[in-house]
Order: sequence, then C-alpha cells, then structure tokens
Amino acid sequence: MNTFIANFNRYKPLLNELVVRDVKTKYRRSVLGVLWTLLNPLLMMAVLSVVFSNLFKFDIDNYPLYLLAGQVVFNFFSSSTTMDMTTIIDNAPLIKKVYVPKYMFVLSRTVSSAINLMASFAALIIVMLCMRAQLHYTAILGVLPIMALVAFSLGIGLILASFAVKFRDIIHLYSVLTTVLMYMTPVIYPMSSLPRIIRYIVRINPLTSILEMFRGFMIYGVMPDIFTTLMTVIPSAVVLALGFRVFYKNQDNFILYV
Amino acid sequence: MEDNNTIISVNDVSMRFNLAREKVDSLKEYIIRAVKGKLQYDEFWALNNVSFDVNKGDSVGLIGLNGSGKSTMLKVIAGVLKPTRGSVRVNGSVAPLIELGAGFDIDLTGRENVFLNGALLGRSRKMMQEVFDEIVEFSELREFMDVPVKNYSSGMLSRLAFSIATSGDADILIVDEVLSVGDFRFQEKCQERIHRMMDKGTTVLFVSHSIEQVEEICNKAVWLEGGKVRMKGDSKEICGIYKQSR
Repeated sequence: MNTFIANFNRYKPLLNELVVRDVKTKYRRSVLGVLWTLLNPLLMMAVLSVVFSNLFKFDIDNYPLYLLAGQVVFNFFSSSTTMDMTTIIDNAPLIKKVYVPKYMFVLSRTVSSAINLMASFAALIIVMLCMRAQLHYTAILGVLPIMALVAFSLGIGLILASFAVKFRDIIHLYSVLTTVLMYMTPVIYPMSSLPRIIRYIVRINPLTSILEMFRGFMIYGVMPDIFTTLMTVIPSAVVLALGFRVFYKNQDNFILYV
Repeated sequence: MEDNNTIISVNDVSMRFNLAREKVDSLKEYIIRAVKGKLQYDEFWALNNVSFDVNKGDSVGLIGLNGSGKSTMLKVIAGVLKPTRGSVRVNGSVAPLIELGAGFDIDLTGRENVFLNGALLGRSRKMMQEVFDEIVEFSELREFMDVPVKNYSSGMLSRLAFSIATSGDADILIVDEVLSVGDFRFQEKCQERIHRMMDKGTTVLFVSHSIEQVEEICNKAVWLEGGKVRMKGDSKEICGIYKQSR
C-alpha cells in the first residue's frame, strides 16, 4: 500500500496533464473554449425542459427537473464508463513504450468526466433558478451521491477497460447494455408507474439509489432513507475495490493484447 | 543487497509469449473455443534465462540479430513487460527514449507536449519548467513551440522527443535505434549529448544494428542470440567476434 501511494504521488503530475489535455483538446479551436463545458449541458437542459414542460406529463412535481437530474446522473455514468472502456486500447502506443501506472489512464478519463459532471451540476442549479424552483439547503449535500457515483463509475470503468483489451466485442455489447440499464433506472419515469415485480428489480440497481438520493437532495429537499443510503454507499465501495482488483490482476497482460 | 555499484541487475529472466494459432479477440469466439477445448497456443520464449549486471556509469550495448530478444530485454528493464520468470532490479530513474514521440498528443502544442511527455516520464511540472529552456535550445524549435505538433515534420518530432528524454538527470538512459533520426548534424549532436551524459555518470543501455555505433558509444556489450546470452563483456572484444561471425 505504501509503494502504491509513493507511486501515485510520483505520477500525480501525469494525472494533471492528462486531465488538462482532455479538457483542453475537447473544445480547442472554438471561440468560447472551455466555457462550452458549462454551456453544452445548459443548452441541452434548456431544450429538454421546454419540451418536457408541455409534453409527457407524469404525475410528478416539477417533471422537467426530475428528468434533468436523472439525465445528469445517468449520462455521467454511461459516458464515463464508455470512455474508460477503451482507455487501454487507445493508449496502446504508450503502454508498449514506457512504464506508467496503467490505472492512471482510466482514472484521468473518469476525472475529466467528473469535471463535466460538475459543470452539469452547476447548469442544473442555473436551470432551477431560472425556473424559480425552490432551492433547498440540502442541495449542497448533492455532492455526496455524486461522489458515490464517481466511485461506482470508476470501478465499472476499470473492469470494462481490463476486459475490453482482451475481448473487443464488449465495446459493442456495452452500448446495448447501457440502453437496457437506462430503462432499468428511473431516469424518465417515476418509480410509482412501474408494476410491482419490475419495481423490485429497478430498486436493487445501485444507480437507482444514487439517483433517488441526488433527486431528494436537489429537488425535494428530503433526506434519503436507510435503504437508499446503504444501497448507495455499499455497492459504490465494493465496485470500486473490485474494479482495482480486477484491473491489477490483469494489467500485466494488457501489453500482450493491445 | 549486492554492492551499490550495480544499477541494473537482470536475474535469470525468461519471457514467454503465447502465440495464438488463430487470433481470438472476441468473447463469442473465446467461449466457443473454450467449450470445444480448442484454445491452443504456441509458446514462444523471447528470452531464456538471461542474466547480466550493469554497473553504474557503464554504457552497455545490446547486440544481436533481428528477433534475438534485444527489444524485449529493454522493455523488461523499462518495466513495460513483466518477465514470466526471474526478476529485474533497477536502482534509479529510467529515461526511455520513446521512439518518435509516442507520448505526444498531436493536437497539443510543442510547449504543452513537453510537459505531457515529462509527466509520462514521472517528472513534475516544476522539474520540467527548470529544464524547459534547455529543451527548446537543444531541439532548435524555439519559434515552433506554440504550434500544434501535428504540423511538425517527423524530424522536428524526433528532435523534440530526444531533447525531452535526455533533459533532466535520469540515472539510466535507454536508447533503442533512435540515433538514425534527423540529419547528420543533429545525429552528431545527439551522440555528443549521450557522451556528455555518460561523462556525468549516466548509465546507458544502447540497442542498435550499427555495430560501429555500439563500439563507438559503449564500453560493455551483451550479445543475445535466440533469447539467450551468447557472450558478454568488453564491447571491443565482443563486437570483434560478432563481426567475424557474420
């Protein structure tokens, strides 16, 4: 563990550089530059909230916000894990030439996704202000489920990255899987609209709990119940630990497949 | 611990690669073959019980024909490959001369790439700032530092890559066939720099097909053949025998 920390410290500048590179190159040659990080989710949210204020009325208070919060959480999960999945393959030329702790590549992509997530988070608050929604003091606690979400996604990303090196068809399979997962998470529909059996299945999806907790803090100003809290914390920690374990077990073989 | 003078010690290293008879890289095929029991590999030992020590300040040339395991050996020493058996102990920082800037991001400028590349070698931004001017000076790319490297020529790229890798004071420099880049004037400059680093006590590991270069630069040599050490010792002597054997 001590060597792990020493090694991490040695390569911390690399994490920095990789994240800065991701953020910089994404909006290079655009007039507004990094501002797009915030502008992009903001505009998307504006469109969605206009559309869904008049369309699809579920029996929920503030449906546009309900949907937006769901999208912030789910989009982060799907985009960060999808990006993580191909990190080892994308960085193959480097991995073949120079020793770098390989999880750094995965971690850097998750961190840059998390920067986008924070921008979406800020955009959500701006939208809430524009819609004159009540801003609860619990909104500050919204970062807690976000932290769990980042840990959960990093764990899944590490596992996907390790397997995608060996089995490339996971990349295609996973895009289908994320669609399935989206419908198994109450992003666009309320839990109450589900038949009972399906509701149990959706309930044990850790993303559901993370999302419920996030919505509770952000939109409704309520504290999560014990079940939701446990279903947020435990799977996130377990998946993160499992992710590192799987990654470490496989990392010496990556070079043979890339 | 062995004596402090040993900077790299290679102990009985063997490296096995599994050559798949047919390339299986999809899950479906893997499962089908695993069920049918058809997952077969041809074993290939790229290195076989290789041992040698490198002393501090030595410059060691690895020589041998194509496929003799030179590059595999360097990768094992650089920590890129983990040996199947045996171990490698390295006491010090390694600066691999990554060929033609493998660590460059083509969308970033030369300046940004200096820091990115430095970070890949485990150096902090501050350390790179200290040697930044020296890098610019040596690579002769002052007016191009703020141009994205995708607009660089291959010569410019390798000049920058060489300057970054040899900046700072790494204990061990790994040179793999890179001296064939740039024009002859820059090649001379590179050789001169390697010599200067050696004078300062940097250990150099050198791989080249040009036996003359090995004789020129190195004082020790290890001759690999078919993944085994054929001979090791003084570079003049070994190079002489190697040349006659051809």
